[in-house]
This record gives sequence, structure tokens and C-alpha cells, in this order.
Amino acid sequence: MTFTTYRRAFVGIVAREVLRFLMQKERFFSALVRPLVWLLIFAAGFRAVLGLPIQPPYQTYITYDIYIAPGLVAMIQLFNGMQSSLSMVYDREMGSMRVLLTSPLPRWFLLVAKLFAGTCVSILQAYAFLAVAMLFGLKLPWLGLLTVLPVMILTGLMLGALGMLLSSTVRQLENFAGVMNFVIFPTFFMSSALYPLWKMRESSYVVWQLCMVNPFTYAVEALRFGLYAKMNGFALAVVAASLAVFLAGAVWGYNPSRGFQVRKAGGGE
Amino acid sequence: MTASAPDSAPALEVDHVSFAYAGRKALDDVSFRVRRGRFTALLGPNGAGKTTLFSLITRLFDARIGSIRICGQDLARAGASALAPLGVVFQQPTLDLDLSVRQNLRYFARLRGLSVKDADRRIDDQLARLDMAERVGEKVRSLNGGHRRRVEIARALLHDPEVVVLDEATVGLDVPTRKAIVSHVHELTRSRGLAVLWTTHLIDEIETDDDLVVLHRGRIVATGTARSVVEATGTTTLDAAFARLTPRAETVEEAR
Repeated sequence: MTFTTYRRAFVGIVAREVLRFLMQKERFFSALVRPLVWLLIFAAGFRAVLGLPIQPPYQTYITYDIYIAPGLVAMIQLFNGMQSSLSMVYDREMGSMRVLLTSPLPRWFLLVAKLFAGTCVSILQAYAFLAVAMLFGLKLPWLGLLTVLPVMILTGLMLGALGMLLSSTVRQLENFAGVMNFVIFPTFFMSSALYPLWKMRESSYVVWQLCMVNPFTYAVEALRFGLYAKMNGFALAVVAASLAVFLAGAVWGYNPSRGFQVRKAGGGE
Repeated sequence: MTASAPDSAPALEVDHVSFAYAGRKALDDVSFRVRRGRFTALLGPNGAGKTTLFSLITRLFDARIGSIRICGQDLARAGASALAPLGVVFQQPTLDLDLSVRQNLRYFARLRGLSVKDADRRIDDQLARLDMAERVGEKVRSLNGGHRRRVEIARALLHDPEVVVLDEATVGLDVPTRKAIVSHVHELTRSRGLAVLWTTHLIDEIETDDDLVVLHRGRIVATGTARSVVEATGTTTLDAAFARLTPRAETVEEAR
């Protein structure tokens, strides 16, 4: 296999995922509406309740909608990672995943390409959300929109790899819906997406500790700094390490020697 | 074409393969060959182990016991690259319904390392052979089952494979469509020298000169040409030979 073969396959996998996303307009709008509801309704309600002191990366007092914007970008990527995994379980059951897995390329390469494809989609969704949010008055530095891109690639890959790892352990589509509920909501709420963690520490030390070991917290913080053209090295390192662990687990999970389990279809055996 | 074995060598070799799901044996010491230019039918009732064997040949599972070689390349040793000369048609539909025929085929072509220009040329050529040229821009969702199958066959041939394996490729299709597809695949073995492994439980899809492997409860119970299998069982039709080779459980109980 030459470099050109790998490049063409990579482009093909990413192009297909983006094309599918653009064809599914309902998916695009639901991905957009979810964070906007949080931003325009939830944040508006809580703006008066929560007072936020000056804390990095912010250089002045901020309103609550500004605080939760990075968390909502992370939420988009979390949901997208899970949705990509859900579609992997669906594709595996329905068959189209087999076309990918029976191509003459290493399994790890196919999974990484698939991961990048999902990340591209999540970035499109995130930018669409930021654009609409700015139209509604959210103020963000223009430079931040550029500097957050590499961070979004890293966080998107990490959250996609988490979903991929989960999908490798789930045999049937109906089981995966339950797994998603057990993963998405605790992951999102036990993080700094909606509230600063020092506030959480004041109210519950145990939950604060859980927040501190949640990789999603570091994804949110990396995005928060990225959106203000700053870098949070520690958060980026935790996200990168989590990506390595989740991806290794997913590659192991999809190893054919473990048996790519296919649901018994009628007429098959 | 991937030329890794001499033309006289079998295109697909399955040697002493056994496989079990959580202790339940699905395949037991299965060995057979698929020759170039031959249509080899893998015939067996539901539950015989055909799809398991198909999954091992396409490397969805790894065969831990026994070996599988495609054009001389051992799947276990060479890994995914051994799949290069293989074309596959799965039992379940594997096309993206929301994409067009061309977009689906381009995706596959890219996975096989073809350039867009080369892919488009091959797509037009393959679809023309299957009388599908005018459907190239349509979404797969708008095609009927027979047309979708034709697209999947075109896809399996797009990279000019040496071996094509098809798993119950005519399931759910009406009789005329089924006959047309079976006839087309037979023609491919003659005109292109393809090695074809066709898994089925439908006897009328097999011609008397075809190579035949009969699988029953995970074991091979007969091999040879369809004609020789009929003769060996002392019957006059393939239906009767199949019934004799694959007795149902209740029939065995009654005989006791």
C-alpha cells in the first residue's frame, strides 16, 4: 500500500461523513438547536443567579452566557462523538461498516480516519453554533475563532474516540441508547461546562473530585482558553493522553481477533 | 489486479478452519478451494455456518484454527492487505441510502486507492454492463432491491478483483431479478476468469458444471462439481442429493 492509497482512502472516508452530514438536514438543525437552547434560555435564566469573578482566561467580569459558550462547544462535540458511535453501531448492524472493515487497509488506520471524519463534522457544527450565537449577541474575540480550531480538532478526536471505544463494546443498537444516557449526562454535568469547579467544591467535595478526573472538564477548559487565543497546556495534555487511551481501547475493541460481532440476521448464520 | 500467485494456483484456499462462538462450534475442520474461472457454490441450509465462514474469509473475524489464503496470501500473516484482490457482496444491504449511486461507488473506490478520474471511468463501465448507467445520479433510496444489488455487484468489481465472494446475494429478490444476477455472475467467471464463491441455500442458483461445496452443521459433507455430487449420492437431482446430504434433525431422530 502506497502513501497515495492511504491518502485517497482517508479523503474518501472524511468526504463520505461530511456528505452524509450535509444530506441529513434534520441532524444539522438538531445539533444546532440543542446548544442554542442552553445558551439563549438556560444561560439567560441563570445570568442573574450566578456571579462569576474574574478568572483566567477572562480579563474582566463576564456574563454567564460567555462562561458556558466553551462548554456548549464541548457539548456539541460530545454529542457528535456519541452520535458517530451510534451510527457505527447502526452501520455495523446494518452492514455498511463491513465495507469499511473489509478494505485492504489496517484496522487502526480505518478507525483513525473515521475518527477524523466525525471530528470534521463536529467542527462544522461548532462553528455554525458560534456563528448563530454571535448573531444573538455573544461576544468572542475574532482571533479566538481561529485559535480554537486546533483545540477543537484535539477535543473532537478525544470525544469521538471515547464514543468509538463504547461502540466497540456494545453489540446491539438498542443497548447503545442506554449507554449514551449513562455517559453523556454525567460527563457533561460533572465538568466545568456549566459552573466553575471552585463553586462545585464548595457544595460537594466528592462531586468536585469526580469533575477533576473527568477528561471532559479538560476538554472544556482547553476550548475556553482556545477561544480567547490562550493556551492551557495542562488541559491539552490531559485531553491528548485521554485520546491515546480511548483510541488504543477502540482499536483493540475492533480487532478482528476479538471477533467483529455481527448480529444474527434472518437467513444468516 | 494483484498478481501474487500463479494462475494455476487456487484463488481462494480454506484449510482446516474451525471456529466457535463462546464454546459452540460453528465450523469444524473446513477445507476447500475456489479455482480461477470457476463458479463455486457454497450450499448449506440455514445455520450451516456459511455466514461464519464468509466472515472469516472477509476478515471480519480472525480464523484462529486453520488458514485462509487469498491468491496465495495468508490472511493471518498478511492481515488486511491480503484482502486487496477480493471483491465482496454482503448479504445485508451495505449502500448509503442518502447518497447517490456514484457517491457510494466513489467512496468504495477511494477505499481501494483509486483516483476520482479512474473511479468514474470504472463506475460508468461497470454500471453500463449491469444496465444501470442511467441510474448513476440517483439516490440509492430511490432504487428497488434488485437495482441496489446490481450496484453492490458493480462495487465488488470496481477494483478489478481476482476473487469475488457473495453471501446470499439474491435474498429477498424476485425470481427474474435473481436469475439475471446469477446468470451475470456466471458470465463473469467465463469472460473475466474470475474466481467466484457464491454462498446460498437456493439450489436452483447452481448449474450442473459449477463447483459445489455442501456445508452442514459446520462441516463439509460433499465437494466436487454439482454433477459429481449428485452421482456420488446415488440420486438424480441436486435437490435430492442436498436432502440426502443435509438431513434435518427430526429426520435423523425418526431414523433412529
